[in-house]
Amino acid sequence: MMHAKSAWTAAAILAGTMVLGVYSASAQEKEVLFGEQCDRTGPTQNVGIFMCPGFQDYISLVNSKGGVEGYKIKVLEIDNEYKVPPAMEAHERFKKEGEMIEALYGTPQTAALTSKLAEDKIVGTSPGFGTAAGADGKRFPYMFPIAATYWSQGAAAVAFAKKQLGDNLSGKKIGYLFYDNPAGKEPIVILEDLAKKEGFELRTFAVPPPGVELGAQVLDITGRFKPDFLITHLFGRAPSVSIKELKGKGYPLSKVISLVWGASEADVRAAGGFAVAEGYNTLQFAGVGEDFPVIKEITEMYKAQGKPAPKEIDTSVYYNRGIVWAAMHVEALRNAIKAEKGGKPTTEDMKNGMEQVKDFSLGGMAPPMQVTPEDHEGGGWIQVWTVKGGKFVKTTDWFQAYRDVIKEHLAEAR
Amino acid sequence: MFHRETGVFKTSYAADMALYPLPIARGTVIALLVLFVVIVPAVFGEYYLSIINLVLISIVGALGLNILVGYTGQISIGHGAFMSVGAYTAANLAVRAGLPFWITLPAGGLMAALVGAVVGIPSLRIKGLYLAIATLAGQLIIEWIINHVPWISGGTQASIQVPRPSLFGHEMKTQGELYFFLLFFALIAIVAALNLVRSRIGRAFVAIRDQDIAAEIIGIDIFRYKLIAFAISSFYAGVCGVLYTYYFGIANYEQFQLGVSIEYLAMIIIGGLGSVLGSILGAAFVSLLPLAIRTVMESVGGLFFAANEMATVVSSMRLVIFGALIIVFLVMEPEGLNRLWRNIRNYFRVWPFSY
Repeated sequence: MMHAKSAWTAAAILAGTMVLGVYSASAQEKEVLFGEQCDRTGPTQNVGIFMCPGFQDYISLVNSKGGVEGYKIKVLEIDNEYKVPPAMEAHERFKKEGEMIEALYGTPQTAALTSKLAEDKIVGTSPGFGTAAGADGKRFPYMFPIAATYWSQGAAAVAFAKKQLGDNLSGKKIGYLFYDNPAGKEPIVILEDLAKKEGFELRTFAVPPPGVELGAQVLDITGRFKPDFLITHLFGRAPSVSIKELKGKGYPLSKVISLVWGASEADVRAAGGFAVAEGYNTLQFAGVGEDFPVIKEITEMYKAQGKPAPKEIDTSVYYNRGIVWAAMHVEALRNAIKAEKGGKPTTEDMKNGMEQVKDFSLGGMAPPMQVTPEDHEGGGWIQVWTVKGGKFVKTTDWFQAYRDVIKEHLAEAR
Repeated sequence: MFHRETGVFKTSYAADMALYPLPIARGTVIALLVLFVVIVPAVFGEYYLSIINLVLISIVGALGLNILVGYTGQISIGHGAFMSVGAYTAANLAVRAGLPFWITLPAGGLMAALVGAVVGIPSLRIKGLYLAIATLAGQLIIEWIINHVPWISGGTQASIQVPRPSLFGHEMKTQGELYFFLLFFALIAIVAALNLVRSRIGRAFVAIRDQDIAAEIIGIDIFRYKLIAFAISSFYAGVCGVLYTYYFGIANYEQFQLGVSIEYLAMIIIGGLGSVLGSILGAAFVSLLPLAIRTVMESVGGLFFAANEMATVVSSMRLVIFGALIIVFLVMEPEGLNRLWRNIRNYFRVWPFSY
């Protein structure tokens, strides 16, 4: 009866440790909880392993400086592995522990939690995830993209192409190379509208998941269509493959602009390094590089603890996005505590607090966002950074593009 | 359960095939019902109910897959897609036609059954790995269609928001209310599966699994029963998809991709192929083990790792331990948790006089 005995032992160990786990959860006075979902082991871990440390480090920095209006912040991170059921479990766990606000991770996860967050009246933030229609604060009161959505990114890419092509797009040809999933297809409606408005010819090239084989599409682009500008919107390994393929076929990378998920140092490194990707343009919704005061403060915080600076800072595109993401939460919390005149805020205060976030810049790292009860996107601000001389160089300052077109679509989506 | 069968003598085939093998089993079933209908919702809070809810949904899906893989011996790695068929059928009916869940739920199941039967047609000619690839093709084709046909998917985002299920005008939206909603359908699924496998159809499935040529010779119409197996199994998968849709309030095909099909296969293999209880145990095991590991890691991990490393350590170690434990359980008992449970039961049946 070996089986029976070992099974009982295993069960006893499991039960014992679960009891331990319950006891370890304790709450303090003057402390608020942020829930943070992440993906460190799933298909989008290449983003998560840099963005979530950025989020955590910024909160640690705020705590080391005394917290927000006397409140310390505790972050509870749960890895949802980019799967939907664990995302629901994570949300319920955060709720049980008394979270103030929840950082969501992943597009299907954001979709699956939309109803639940509204029912529980808890704010969920989803920078770079979720639908573009989520920017409509009247329709989704508890959903906050708080970063340029794919619609705004598509519009910004066209605006950048227009500037590069001499402020006139009529008669020009623009290609759109995209990952064939809902997120990849999302900007197409905006691009089609702008094609009519600006008079350029648009052709789309779909890449089936997982997007590591782009030969045919790139050949089609460089050999047949020969666009004047190319907008790419790819995920995972696909951006680096696209850089390699386009370079190999002789298409000038200075005429390529990538949306935000094909825009990190890791993508460039995987494509063969910064020398290969010279001229590659990227859209960013947070500043790039280590040349910001907040990065210095984080490095110093680690030094004061006798530790080296976190290695994630190297991939500053994602790390900085994590910082800006966390900073938005902190700003919302500050507003919420002020509204309660120093008392403990509620999740409803956090919603109002988030809707008042404006004019914080984090030394230029964050866009000049203006979140309002109608606009949960904060204006759709974008910077373009270009690969030049071994690093990303800022090409444009924060700008918005074609807001009227985006607003029309938001109204239409209702 | 730990029943003593002393003094119970079966004198007819009907008695041998009865749903309750022993008179005391009736009492056990009633006790279990009381546990899950009264005690569980009263004792557990929202968080634990949310976990149980996810397990209940997976039980329905795992039961369906076990009917096909465990009982009929046909493999499918397209069950994630069948779930999405159910999900989108129900979502479209609920949103466009405003139908209530007690119509959309069977409709979603039936549509999935239809699609499943079509995808199952190759099973008449091919077996094993070849059939696995054929059903994989089904998965990819269905995913592609949903992604590219806005009439089904409801637009570029391929997600349709669905109102909460309502009964007599009351919307079920808290985890507690959804628990009863899901428990009801999980119970029906379990009882239906138990009855199916001891019926003529279930016996035919087992005959096909054990030796399809012999089954044909003794008069089982293989063509018909293989398609029935695919249809019933996909019906379960479709219902599972509809339950997910109502639970999350949205139909989104990205949550039913290939990985989900594999995960459900893992559930039934760990739980035990060809067993209803195995499907239930497997679904619970695969859903709960990662949570248990995380809880353990969170409570003891702080002793070994710095705070800022914890997040990486917890999520990576969780995968490693999860994989290792699955191997351990399978090596310990290749026939799954169901067999493990039977071993425990057999041990206690004669305890303390085990000679």
